[in-house]
Amino acid sequence: MTKEEALFTYLLRRADDTLILGHRLSEWCGHGPILEEDIALTNLSLDLIGQCTSYFQYAAQIEGKGRTEDDLAFLRIEKDYVNCLMVEQPNGDFGKTITRQFFYDVYHKLLLEALVNSKDEQLSAIAEKSLKEVKYHLRHSSEWMIRLGDGTEESHERMQNAVDDISRFIDELFYKDQVDEMLIKEGIIPDSADFRAAYDAYVTEVLEEATLQLPEKMWQLSGGRKGVHSEHLGYLLAELQYMQRTYPNMEW
Amino acid sequence: MSKKEWPLWEVFIRSKQGLSHKHAGSLRAPDAEMAINNARDVYTRRSEGVSIWVVPSNEIVASDPSDSEELFEPSQTKVYRHPTFYDVPDGISHM
Repeated sequence: MTKEEALFTYLLRRADDTLILGHRLSEWCGHGPILEEDIALTNLSLDLIGQCTSYFQYAAQIEGKGRTEDDLAFLRIEKDYVNCLMVEQPNGDFGKTITRQFFYDVYHKLLLEALVNSKDEQLSAIAEKSLKEVKYHLRHSSEWMIRLGDGTEESHERMQNAVDDISRFIDELFYKDQVDEMLIKEGIIPDSADFRAAYDAYVTEVLEEATLQLPEKMWQLSGGRKGVHSEHLGYLLAELQYMQRTYPNMEW
Repeated sequence: MSKKEWPLWEVFIRSKQGLSHKHAGSLRAPDAEMAINNARDVYTRRSEGVSIWVVPSNEIVASDPSDSEELFEPSQTKVYRHPTFYDVPDGISHM
């Protein structure tokens, strides 16, 4: 594996996380619990889809095989998507969407803060721009965790169920293989192990305020970074790719 | 589930430094902090602002429309209160 190949894979992992999570949030458009939150969720969605565009463009350039960002986003098969499993999990109720968002936002913010120092200028620039958006994402999801967790009996119960469910995907956020090892050595990406303690500390702090608890250590699922996904991604991609598959090369 | 609605908030946005906050509209939110977040999402997504105020709508005291006659009409005949008798040099904006 060359450095370029490793960087290409890493960029796809960043791009797919943001594309899939952005798509999941877009499913709320017109269905938010209230108008204000409907707009908030679609704002987050647009932020993430904007970020994935930057990663896909850069990935296409690094690959140098004439594929465009649209080819990468819309025309790969399921096992070529390398997003983590957390982001592809279904929206569930609003509390589950917020919980998924929270667990991902904490990681996303810490990652971008470190990625700003990348020796790769392009990656550093994307991280810097995205970080401003993601800081707000985390603020938004943290506030909701606290209010819903420490809200009514029903909201508390729903949130605790969501925490139990989504926390099975936390360890995968910190997954590392030879792609990461190579890029860490080159100073292109941070070692995610360096901010695992900060992740756990922040999560614990917010959950405590929200009167929620992480379950006892549960079986952790992984495979997304290698293209082994949960059953949910296929359905998501069917919808995401529909237009490009049905009307190849269409633009709008 | 309770059907109680969240309180209403009035939103004021400062569009740039040096200008004053202007009423932008209203929204619903469970508390002040969330009202700021919602205002950010609803009213500043096209770079409309650099600062947000939110005020609980029920804290606003408004004049009574039936009092307009006594409140506002007397000033309509006092043209001398408008600074229209000064020559403003060219190049002075925001007057």
